[in-house]
Amino acid sequence: MNKKQKKVLVRILIAAALMITFSILPLKGMIKFALFMIPYLVIGYDILRKAGKGILNRQVFDENFLMAVATVGAIILGEYTEGVAVMLFYQIGELFQSYAVGKSRKNISELMDIRPDYANIEVDGSIQQIDPDEVEIGTIILVQTGEKIPIDGIITEGTSTLNTSALTGESLPKEVSAGDEVISGCINLTGVLKIRTTREFGESTVSKILELVENSSSRKSKSENFISKFARYYTPLVCYGALALAVLPPIFNMLIFKHPAEWNEWIYRALTFLVISCPCALVISIPLTFFAGIGGASREGILVKGSNYLETLAKTDCVVFDKTGTLTQGVFEVVGVHHNILDDERIVEYAALAECYSSHPISKSLQKAYGKPIDRSRIKDVQEISGNGVTAVVDGKNIAAGNGKLMKRLGIDYQECQHVGTVVHLAIDGTYAGHILIADQLKQHTKEAVHALHAAGMKNTVMLTGDAKNVAECVAEEIGISQVYSELLPADKVKKVEELLAQEGKKEKLAFVGDGINDAPVLSRADIGIAMGALGSDAAIEAADVVLMDDDPLKVVKAIRIARKCIRIVYENIYFAIGIKVLCLILGALGIANMWLAIFADVGVMVLAVLNAVRALAIKRK
Amino acid sequence: MKKTYKIEVDCANCANKMEEVANKTAGVKSATVNFMTLKMIVEFEEGQDVKAVMQEVLKQCKKIEDDCEIYF
Repeated sequence: MNKKQKKVLVRILIAAALMITFSILPLKGMIKFALFMIPYLVIGYDILRKAGKGILNRQVFDENFLMAVATVGAIILGEYTEGVAVMLFYQIGELFQSYAVGKSRKNISELMDIRPDYANIEVDGSIQQIDPDEVEIGTIILVQTGEKIPIDGIITEGTSTLNTSALTGESLPKEVSAGDEVISGCINLTGVLKIRTTREFGESTVSKILELVENSSSRKSKSENFISKFARYYTPLVCYGALALAVLPPIFNMLIFKHPAEWNEWIYRALTFLVISCPCALVISIPLTFFAGIGGASREGILVKGSNYLETLAKTDCVVFDKTGTLTQGVFEVVGVHHNILDDERIVEYAALAECYSSHPISKSLQKAYGKPIDRSRIKDVQEISGNGVTAVVDGKNIAAGNGKLMKRLGIDYQECQHVGTVVHLAIDGTYAGHILIADQLKQHTKEAVHALHAAGMKNTVMLTGDAKNVAECVAEEIGISQVYSELLPADKVKKVEELLAQEGKKEKLAFVGDGINDAPVLSRADIGIAMGALGSDAAIEAADVVLMDDDPLKVVKAIRIARKCIRIVYENIYFAIGIKVLCLILGALGIANMWLAIFADVGVMVLAVLNAVRALAIKRK
Repeated sequence: MKKTYKIEVDCANCANKMEEVANKTAGVKSATVNFMTLKMIVEFEEGQDVKAVMQEVLKQCKKIEDDCEIYF
C-alpha cells in the first residue's frame, strides 16, 4: 500500500470505530447529530471538497457530488448511521479498487521486466557499465552470469546457457557458444559471454517487445467502448430517475390519491438510487480484465497488440496456416536412406562429398547430415549437370548423385522412393547404391496443435502452401488438417484467404498463422494475423496482431484459450454488474432495498468484479 | 503527430472522462486514455502547438477531475 492508501485506511478505521460506538450509545437530538458529524467528516471531507469543486465546474454527474448528495440527504432525514456508513463503504470500495489496480499493474509490469539497465564494455582492461542506448553497432559487450543480454548480437567468445523464458515462456535453457546469434532479453545463466552487437538498443528485440506491450491497450475492444458509453448514460439516467422518484410519487399521492405526500419516504428511496448510480464496478473491471489477459499471455510468450485482438481471437473459428516454417520446421533434413547397399553413413558421406561444391539447399542438408568437415582432397573431377545432379570421383570411385533423370541419363536402374520429399539417388562405379530422402520435417507439436484446435471447436483448419499437390496432401493427412490448398504463389495466398474470409459468418473470425517471411500481406488481410517465431524478425512484429515469441504451433491454441477466458470474464462481469445494479434499482424504487443494501451491492459488486477480472492473469500451465 | 504522455488519475471512470474531454479539445485529432498503464496517447492535428494544446487538455481534465495530472 502506498502512503495515500494507508491514510485512507486509517480514516476508515477511525470513522468505523466512532460510527459503531455512537450508534450503540443512546444519543438524541443535537448531540447525536454533532457526534455523528465527526466520523462523517473524517471519512468524507475530501469527497465533500471534491463535490464542491464539481459544482463550481458544473459537473453534476460527478460521483463525488452524487455521494455527497446521498449522504447529506440521509443525514437531513435523520438517518445519521446510514449517512456515515454509505460514505464509509464508498471509501472502502475506492481503497480496494485502487489497491487491486495498483497490485495488478505491478504484477504485470514485473512480468515484462526485461528491460536491461546497462551494458558492460571493456575499457583499458576494466569493465564499465554504460547506458545500452549509447552502445554503437559492432561494439563488444560483456555479459556476466546472471545478467540480461542488453542488445542483440553475435557471440565472439565464451559458451553459456541462456534462459529465454521472459521472452518465449519456454523454460528449457538454450545452449549457446561463439558464433551464435543471441537476442536481447535472455538471461545469461552459466558463463561469461563476449558479444559483438549487431543492432542499436532501440532496434533490439527487447525494445521492440517493450514498445509493443506498452502500446498494446491503446487499441480498445468493443466491450471497453461499450462500457465507457454505458457509463456516460447510466449515471445521468439514474440521477434523473432519482429526481423523478423523489418528486413524482409524493405529488401523485397528494393530488390524485389525496393521501399524505410521504416526502421523507420517497426522498429516502431516491437517495438509494444515487448510491447505486456509480458505474465503477464495470468501468474498472473490464479494462482490468483485458490488461490482465494481455499480461498473462505475454508471460507465455504470446504478445497481443490490443484488447480488440483478444476479442477477435476469442471468436476465431477458422485457422489458416502457412506450411513451411509454421507447421514444418522450414529446414530440409535427411530423413532416411533407402535401398542402400552400404551403411547409411557411407551413402550420406559419398553424396555429401560429391555435392560439396554446390550451394543448393539440398547439398547443404547433405553436408549437415554428414556432420564432419569436408576433406576436399578426396574429391576430383566434379561435374555438375544442371537440373540432374553431379558426378565426381571420390576416393577413386566414380560417384553419381542426383535425381531420377541423372540415373536414366547414365543408364542405371534405380528405385523410386515411396515417400514424400526430395530424393537424391546415388550410384557408385555405375551400380545403384540407394537413395537419400530429404524432407522438411514437421514441428514436434504440429499434430497435437491441429488436434487441439479441432478439440477447441474450430470449424475449419486450412493449410496453404507453395508445395506440390502430392507433398501438401500427404502432410495435410498426416497432421489431420481439414483443408489444404497447394501450389500457391505468395499472391495466391492472399486470394485464398479472401475467399475463406468470404465464407465466414459475421461473428466468425479467421486467423492466419505465418512465420512473417513473405506473408506480411496475408497477416494483415486476415481478421487476425498471428506471426510465430518472431524473435528477431521485425517484419513479423510489424505486420501481425498477435506475435508468438517462439515457433511452437501449440501456442496458437493457447492464445485462443487465453482470449476466450478473458472474454468470458468480461461478459460475466458485464452481466453480473449490470444485473445487480438494475435489481437494486428496482428493489430501491419499491422501497424493499434500503441504503445499506444499496451500498453493499455497489461495493460488493465492484470487489467481486475486480477479483474476477484478476483471474484473467492466471493461465493454466501444462 | 502522435505522442504518449504519462498521467496520474485514481479512478477508471475519471480516466474515461479525461479521454472524452481530451477528444473534444481543439487541436486534438484523437486521444486515448489507458487507465491500466496510466498513459494518454494524443494524436494532434497538423500544425498545432503541442504544448499549448496539452495545456488546454490538462485544464479541461482538471475541471472534471481535480486530482488528475498529465506530465508533458
